[in-house]
Amino acid sequence: MAKLSTPAELLKIDYNPPQSENWMDQPVELKPGNFCWGAKGKNLATVEFPNARDWSPVEENWKLPKDWEGTVLEAMADRLSKYRSFKVFMDICVRCGACADKCHFFIGGGDPKNMPVLRAELLRSVYRKYFTSSGKYLGKLAGARELNLSVLKEWWYYFYQCTECRRCSVFCPYGIDTAEITMMAREFTNLLGLNTDWISGPVANCYMKGNHLGLEPHAIMNSIEGMIDDIETITGIRINPSFNRKGAEILFVTPSGDLFADPGTFTCMGYMMLFHELGLDYTWSTYASEGGNFGFFTSNEMAKRLNSKIYAEAKRLGVKYIIGGECGHMWRVLNQYMDTWNGPTDFMEVPKSPITGTVFDNAASTKMIHVTEFTADLIKNNKLKLDPSRNDDLVVTYHDSCNTARGMGLLEEPRYIINNVCNKFHEMPDNTIRERTFCCGSGTGLNASENMEIRMRGGYPRANAVKHVKEQHGVNTLANICAIDRATLSASMDYWVPGTRVTGVHELVANALIMTGEKERETDLRGEPLPGKGGNE
Amino acid sequence: MKTVLPFIAVVILMLLPLFGVTVAHQTQVFFGVIVPYAAVAVFVLGFIYRVVQWGKSPVPFCIPTTCGQQKSLPWIKQDKLENPVTTMQVVGRMFLEVLFFRSLFRNMKTEMKEGKAVYGSEKLLWLAGLAFHWSFLFIFVRHYRFFVQDVPAVIKMMEGADSFFQIGAPLFYMTDAVILGAVTFLLVRRVYLPQIRYISLAADFFPLFLILGIAITGILMRYFFKVHIVGVKQLAMGLVSLNPIIPQGIGAIFYVHLFLISILLMYFPFSKLMHMGGVFLSPTRNMANDSRIVRYINPWNYPVHVHTYEEYEDEFREKMKKAGLPVEKE
Repeated sequence: MAKLSTPAELLKIDYNPPQSENWMDQPVELKPGNFCWGAKGKNLATVEFPNARDWSPVEENWKLPKDWEGTVLEAMADRLSKYRSFKVFMDICVRCGACADKCHFFIGGGDPKNMPVLRAELLRSVYRKYFTSSGKYLGKLAGARELNLSVLKEWWYYFYQCTECRRCSVFCPYGIDTAEITMMAREFTNLLGLNTDWISGPVANCYMKGNHLGLEPHAIMNSIEGMIDDIETITGIRINPSFNRKGAEILFVTPSGDLFADPGTFTCMGYMMLFHELGLDYTWSTYASEGGNFGFFTSNEMAKRLNSKIYAEAKRLGVKYIIGGECGHMWRVLNQYMDTWNGPTDFMEVPKSPITGTVFDNAASTKMIHVTEFTADLIKNNKLKLDPSRNDDLVVTYHDSCNTARGMGLLEEPRYIINNVCNKFHEMPDNTIRERTFCCGSGTGLNASENMEIRMRGGYPRANAVKHVKEQHGVNTLANICAIDRATLSASMDYWVPGTRVTGVHELVANALIMTGEKERETDLRGEPLPGKGGNE
Repeated sequence: MKTVLPFIAVVILMLLPLFGVTVAHQTQVFFGVIVPYAAVAVFVLGFIYRVVQWGKSPVPFCIPTTCGQQKSLPWIKQDKLENPVTTMQVVGRMFLEVLFFRSLFRNMKTEMKEGKAVYGSEKLLWLAGLAFHWSFLFIFVRHYRFFVQDVPAVIKMMEGADSFFQIGAPLFYMTDAVILGAVTFLLVRRVYLPQIRYISLAADFFPLFLILGIAITGILMRYFFKVHIVGVKQLAMGLVSLNPIIPQGIGAIFYVHLFLISILLMYFPFSKLMHMGGVFLSPTRNMANDSRIVRYINPWNYPVHVHTYEEYEDEFREKMKKAGLPVEKE
């Protein structure tokens, strides 16, 4: 593993690319700390991916299948005929450069091939060579080049340095979305077996065991049992969630990251405390125990295969509708893909809050609502007893996840909740939130440990904004609604803005929630003294 | 290379008709009739072909880029233009996008200052882009006067507005200055800004030089080397009435102007200039964010191999029973 430089060293960035040469003449250099380890053959084989074998990106020989160029070009022709987005985005870029400095990896790294326009050109240049007459005949002059091993390695390096966050697409005058292009490039690399270990492992786990972490049924229950014990210690209330229960009104699905490690587990405790207080008739599923979808970072087909479990389980259990937990890319999938892939959902009903009677018409077809939509509605209808002063030691800011912001538009719901459960809330600068929010730097399966340099670089713009509000307002808490954020922002805050707590929104809710019959709370969900209770307060 | 070659290409394209009509008068038919007809045909057919080609590929998923609050709870204000759910709202979003370059208006500039990334206002690209496209459109429509016997009132009004300041004779059109300034800005920025120069291709410089050539020859003709304007109108009307004639003594510079326009028309469908058509087809902008409300259909959706609950239970049945989980088969 490459040693990570200090923040000051990492920030020696020049945004001006070298001027002497054409970017095509610069062969890719796989810099340690900037890419993930290769996939293991067994994980690729589990999901029937082609060319399943162990491979390593640092070895010269990538063990590619015979005629891999043909495979890629055939797949490119196929995707061009299937996706108008891909075809139009290959053709209409004018290289105005508006996107150039909008990518978090470029801002935190300065590598010119991380400018979204150039990332797309990596693929476009090959498209021109084989699919346009100008590229065929004029070659390099028309910005075209042949597909060869060096180009493939460049693709692999840079398309696994894009987190499909879509920030560039907000600024593009034609709405060109690099996420669409990266998705295609990842489809191509997956046809050659060029997946990463950090993506293919979770995909195989999710396929066989129902969740990315590979938690087997009893392990899920054990993990939740542990949280229940903690909740009892803190509140004196023993809650009793159910699993795989037929006839429940609601199926609850959240990213498995919430079941496993801090600080996600605190968010998970938050959901359970809230649902318990409401007396909600809901069940967990061990089969559909993953809201996230790492398949989405490999191919459309794999994403659909993993996603199918949610509706299948809802049908088997006979629930009326589904509530989904706090997760980013999960909601891109649920909002824009799930119903198209695996619907229709005529076996369920339009979600209706049993507490407030609110009917969620905005999920009339998918029958799946976001937990912050559910909770915001509760608060608006005064159904929760809240004591926001329990969060008074937290000066909070809120990080919009890329996908809930730009692939959905879930902006106000979490803010409304935070403002009702916390007294101290400050927004980061306008250019860094809502539709302009910055990626955590580690989405789309980049949250491994061997690529820490690129993660910290990509995480820099977000951290930079957090640091700003820390200096301005004393912010010490970064709230978010994404399981990957909870894991990865913790790392990037430790690196860039030490002393910042990363928390899910429902952890804050549960801290403030006054539960029926609870004992006087001494600590928050993390076991730390509440403001005014012991410690150094 | 990527700057010089397109420049040389445009110079050659200017010299061809200049020498042609000066040295051999017969070539006037070629430059004045044959090439323009061919250019219009290539443009129209090429444009349609490209749009049809795009249209043939379906849009499998509902993937708008949402840039504002979604429609959810009734008391949360939806951003109708940035996150549309109805067709009318999408039309509104596209209207702002196509006519006012809404997304480009968001542009800002990232700089590293004292170890901090800062984002400054950067509206010049938007302004220059808008100025260029609008003045081009204005000038294009103004040229309609050459193609009809009686100039329509609306064209006269446009001309009146465009020459509002009443400078010189013939009256100076503001759009002439605007287009020159805007194209020059776009060109200079491409050469001068290191990031933009790095990403630029010859195909980015060529249309700029070409349009600059068109604008300059047009301006020269109107204000400096007076061409035989009645002859120009005769030629233009002959072309549109499919009864082409070549009036004598128009002046070579007119043929240069016309030839460059013809080249632009022919080049258009095969170049990035197709963004004119493509912007309407961009799924991230022209779709409603309603995929949770109405099921969006993918025409090529196909069944996939899944890991069923039954298979899952078969594998974990004993563990599930031991943990007290209900199972389908005992």
